[in-house]
Amino acid sequence: MPGKLKAKIVAGRHLPVMDRASDLTDAFVEVKFGNTTFKTDVYPKSLNPQWNSEWFKFEVDDEDLQDEPLQITVLDHDTYSANDAIGKVYIDIDPLLCTEAASVISGWFPIYDTIHGIRGEINVLVKVELFNDLNRFRQSSCGVKFFCTTSIPRGYRAATVHGFVEELVVNEDPEYQWIDRIRTPRASNEARQRLISLMSGELQRKIGLKVLEMGGNAVVGYLQCFDLEGESGLVVRAIGTACSLEKLSSGSILNTHTHPNTAPASNACNSPSKDGKEPVFGEDLPSSSGPPTPFRALPTSSSSPPPPFSPSKPCSRQSSSSDTDLSLTPKTGMGSGGSAGKEAGPLKTLLRQQTQTALEQRQEFPFFTLTSFPSAFLLHVGGVVNARSVKLLDRIHNPALGNTRSYKLLDWNSVTADEPETRDAWWEEIRQEIKSHAKALGCHAVVGYSESTSICEEVCILSASGTAAILNHRYMREGCLDIGSTDHRFEEPSPPTCGFCHIPYDELNMPFPAQLTYCYHCRRQKVPDVLFTTIDLPAEAAVTGKGCHIQARLCRLKKKAQGEVNATAISNLLPFMEYELHTQLMNKLKLRSMNALFGLRIQISVGENMLLGLASATGVYLTALPAPGGIQIAGKTPGDPSNEQHILTIQKRINDAIAKNKELYQINPPELTEEGVGSPIPEPRQRSRLFRSHSESSDELSELDLSHGKKDAFVLEIDDTDAVEDIHSLLTDANPPIGFYSCNTETMPGIYNWTSGIQMFTSVRILRLSNTNLTNQGLNKIFTDLCENLLKSFYFKLRSMVPCCLCHLNFTVAVPEEELIQVAVTAVAMTFDKDQTQEKLAEKLIPKGGSDTDEQLQFPLELCADSSNSQPSSKISVSSLEHSSPLPEGRSRSLRSSRSFGGSSVTVVKMTPLSFLPGTRIIKYLGIINMFFIRETTSLREEGGVSGFLHSFIAEVFAMVRAHVAALGGNAVVSYSMQDCVLMENPNKNQAQCLINVSGDAVICVRESDQDSLASTTTIGHSCSSTTDVTT
Amino acid sequence: MSVELDVFVGNTTIMDEEVYQLWLDGYTVTDAVKVRMEGGVLDECEANADVVLSDTMDQYRTFHMCERLLHSPAKLANQLLYQITPHRQTILIERYYAFDDGFVREVLGKKLSKGTKKDLDDISAKTGVTLKSCRRQFDNFKRVFKVVEELKGPLVENIRHHFLLSDKLAKDYAAIVFFANNRFETGKRKLQYLTFQDFAFCAGQLINNWTVGAVAGPDSFVDNMVEDMDVDLDKEFLQELKELKILITDKDLLDQHKSLVCTALRGKTKTFNEMEANFKNLSRGLVNIAAKLTNTKDVRDFFIDLVEKFIEPCRSDRWTAADMKLYLTHYTNSVHILDTFKHQIVWDRYMGVIKSCIFKMYHD
Repeated sequence: MPGKLKAKIVAGRHLPVMDRASDLTDAFVEVKFGNTTFKTDVYPKSLNPQWNSEWFKFEVDDEDLQDEPLQITVLDHDTYSANDAIGKVYIDIDPLLCTEAASVISGWFPIYDTIHGIRGEINVLVKVELFNDLNRFRQSSCGVKFFCTTSIPRGYRAATVHGFVEELVVNEDPEYQWIDRIRTPRASNEARQRLISLMSGELQRKIGLKVLEMGGNAVVGYLQCFDLEGESGLVVRAIGTACSLEKLSSGSILNTHTHPNTAPASNACNSPSKDGKEPVFGEDLPSSSGPPTPFRALPTSSSSPPPPFSPSKPCSRQSSSSDTDLSLTPKTGMGSGGSAGKEAGPLKTLLRQQTQTALEQRQEFPFFTLTSFPSAFLLHVGGVVNARSVKLLDRIHNPALGNTRSYKLLDWNSVTADEPETRDAWWEEIRQEIKSHAKALGCHAVVGYSESTSICEEVCILSASGTAAILNHRYMREGCLDIGSTDHRFEEPSPPTCGFCHIPYDELNMPFPAQLTYCYHCRRQKVPDVLFTTIDLPAEAAVTGKGCHIQARLCRLKKKAQGEVNATAISNLLPFMEYELHTQLMNKLKLRSMNALFGLRIQISVGENMLLGLASATGVYLTALPAPGGIQIAGKTPGDPSNEQHILTIQKRINDAIAKNKELYQINPPELTEEGVGSPIPEPRQRSRLFRSHSESSDELSELDLSHGKKDAFVLEIDDTDAVEDIHSLLTDANPPIGFYSCNTETMPGIYNWTSGIQMFTSVRILRLSNTNLTNQGLNKIFTDLCENLLKSFYFKLRSMVPCCLCHLNFTVAVPEEELIQVAVTAVAMTFDKDQTQEKLAEKLIPKGGSDTDEQLQFPLELCADSSNSQPSSKISVSSLEHSSPLPEGRSRSLRSSRSFGGSSVTVVKMTPLSFLPGTRIIKYLGIINMFFIRETTSLREEGGVSGFLHSFIAEVFAMVRAHVAALGGNAVVSYSMQDCVLMENPNKNQAQCLINVSGDAVICVRESDQDSLASTTTIGHSCSSTTDVTT
Repeated sequence: MSVELDVFVGNTTIMDEEVYQLWLDGYTVTDAVKVRMEGGVLDECEANADVVLSDTMDQYRTFHMCERLLHSPAKLANQLLYQITPHRQTILIERYYAFDDGFVREVLGKKLSKGTKKDLDDISAKTGVTLKSCRRQFDNFKRVFKVVEELKGPLVENIRHHFLLSDKLAKDYAAIVFFANNRFETGKRKLQYLTFQDFAFCAGQLINNWTVGAVAGPDSFVDNMVEDMDVDLDKEFLQELKELKILITDKDLLDQHKSLVCTALRGKTKTFNEMEANFKNLSRGLVNIAAKLTNTKDVRDFFIDLVEKFIEPCRSDRWTAADMKLYLTHYTNSVHILDTFKHQIVWDRYMGVIKSCIFKMYHD
């Protein structure tokens, strides 16, 4: 009996009128966890009931605590007929299971009904008491922290980055069960919401188990997705990066320097409290003594789920799947070097091999979902690798005979629709593909890794992409806590400002033709002429001017087909789409006079009669890379004077655009000074390179050249219809209006002095294509206009924030129905100080700071972060074992009051897709927010049509996220994202249904200027903690 | 090709004040877009017509969804659905409850009933305020009326507290409620020259001096709990007003009063002769109004009586505002010297209000 969950129902407000006669409601509440239900008394005739219930206590396994949500149902008592449900609140208990996160959940929650939306609010108090249990990690993984943030969370330090963790669970979709024909839409939606909540709880617990087995204590860059496969089921899958995190504090830094291995004992996050991380840390992992066996990271104990990718597993089930010829899928890679570094060459290679083997032996997939890293973690970046495959979703005919996994917690006795192994095998294939691409680029790891799917009827496109890279082995070794010590001896350190650009592959044995030059920054090693990555721009990278959002958009019609024919048609189209998207990106990059892309995300969405491709990235001019050449227009029939004239005008327009962009983005690369120490660049070579880049392809997509022959990517032939289209799209892309910048990465390269104004938003637009006989070109134009108009709308809406930058612009495209194109965007607008000077460059580490291990710079700051972080509270809980000891609670209360907005009783909760809030410091992570909602209506017209319906639903989702964060004691959500927004409508029936899945990290943050006052309030806690230190 | 769906939702609800005003004024989306474009919104941010249309529709939708909350503004502050800064909330409420003087002038003193609501299209046509906006304003009046009707305590305070309005707006609403409750006649042709602000001022005077709440005074807690204390006139006081009749029925008193006033006024105004000639008429007029106020019907005619019995005669004699001030001051004060007159307190309470009302109402 490892846990006791306690809940108290305090009051309700703004309840809907349930009794027309009295205009009042007789409300009572059911509190359910697992199979236990408690009820409050009926509070008669009130829209603002005060139940003030007793504490309802549930004695449960911690496994259940992780899987199950607390379910609160508000009902209207009816003497003569059945009680009417007003709505429900699901509360995820997970944040309470981790000592470092929240200690109590208390606040007003919107009461949500899937048919009516939010109907009033309810005030609830929830606490958890976990008991010490020697056998505590049988099935549960309480205490493993989850972060959506794709960097090391602020205030933490990564002692070890263990690597990739993944898991998926499959179930039958309640919406497609026979019972759905007889139950109400409300019951069906609730069954679905509950199932998904259970599945994601289970998924998280399983991932947690894997992390514990790897010796980690946290998952960073946790990304969970749903695949609504319709008839064939529901897949919930997640990937993340397992880490051993340590709270940054003056104490821990000292400790790590002196006794790295005793650090856990004195470290806040390793407090040997009920979550019991101590044994994990004490565990002596065998890696140091002998070569670990392959797959040792995989769960092997009998109680664990079956190993997800045992290589021997036959993939015979998906006989009908038509596999894309994966060698055709582009392996986008623009390399950077370093392997041929003269002085450190042999040693480095040796080291890398060590790292590589260590990595490969320890885990099958050396992937990292992180997009930004502690300094010196990322050594070299090879380029983007991606893989796609087309699968046919096939219903398993006799699930009862298969490998069934029943969900004991479900209301009905269900069996899984499909073995998760089938899906596992699919993903394994893709990951292998990615891994081999990375290898071809001379890299041993993939960073900024992500996976996605696009499903249309029974066809599913699985995609994975990442950036091939070479990582610093120091972070990968277990028990390696000696950051900042003398581990640099092997390496001839590349300057951090350009090191990551240096090619990781062998110059003589390049995986693709590329133009290499000596690095423009250090002049010592080779760099490619263009670099594409899926990660954020490293904080220390040298950049010239500002960055900009670059998007390539593409539509391709396809014939309607069924089954394998359809799958084959799609897989045949894919490489061409990727190639064209890539060409577009390259052209747009050149047009902006930039040489690198960060945060590249290529989505391909499948519909019944078309494929949509959208590639978004942030273009930058990396100082280390050569200046990009221009774009040349060539005619196929030289000599024709009218044609010549036409080409000249277009060429002029392009040149003008390039010049204008250079000015706009302030790209004035410093002139190369020839006295650079030991510059090995021979002058003529440089010339020729610059010259050649105009005329010769450096396109790495050599495998795909079959589509365009030997044509140069940067010489656009005007006779070619595709080229006309390209030029058209090049020149129609409008730059943001004055005062605006935009990017899809965390922050805008070149802007460092953010002010505190932020506005997160979600926008959805759906176009109906009424014209049935559209051409590819026409479709492209429509799609491009759709994206461009969305951006224009954002700029217009947010014009009062100027100067501002739209950050983390995340476009998601879908083809929800034939002839419909849906684009959903989530982004944040952030204001910045216009009068920024280049000297501010040094300060840029501060907003990005927290995670850096750069002690020199960070030490004083971390010191004050420490005084304000939650260390004291966890220290106390060590000694008292009382989860909600009075002191931390008192402190959080004082925080809450300082947060509360003058007079208003509602806590202001900021939301951002970024990992930080400008002008503030995150002092505590309260846990992950992962919510799934369904909303349905049978009165679409009355709710203002689909727009009105979705508008209020999105607003409701925001409200529920904010309420949960506020109840945890938080005041912000970072790394917020909307993974899914699936809208189905039937205007003729006046119906619509929508599913939204959102996630993020709940945090407490304080304004940087408030730091001092806060430090004083925590001094008491601090002195207490030091006394407990003595006792422990 | 058509836009099937287009939404934009901010974590902090984005509201454009200009669009809000257009929405309140009852413009359709199409008209609002036209107005915005003519207002030069296209010059900002390189927008085009589609962008403005999309933005306007979005804003309209937001306002429409928020309207429910604006009906009970206290909810706006503690609802969770929209994150709106307190400053913005204040603006939203204040603007929502703002009204057109032209419109309110038409319904002032009328019963806030369905019957009146049916006439709104006529009022809309007459005042040029869109029907939609008329309905909103009318519903606001009715809502405020209904809420304060059931509340005890000071009227203005109640309105300000329940609807979170500014002091000025709360006072205006108090006037509207007061007029609607007492059904003062304001629509007669002779009263047309008076603005809403004239009436609102007079209502304030009446509320502060002639109601039950006025006697209790702001510091008295016991009487604060009287229902309708600021809405109904003090019956006792109205009864006492009858005693003032002696000023016109007792011939000696009337003559004495006249001579006192005339002595004081002599040589101070050009219209002295007219004042002297009209004194008895005017005094009869004012005192008769006072004496009749026990009749509900006569209360309704209070303003028309003031105009007919006093303001019009003075105006035809071309009194200036200064003349009026001079006359009424001496007219009121002279009574204090009449030893035989015993109702000085009632007189002051009556004339204090009459004086300030007439000052306010005496214009073209």
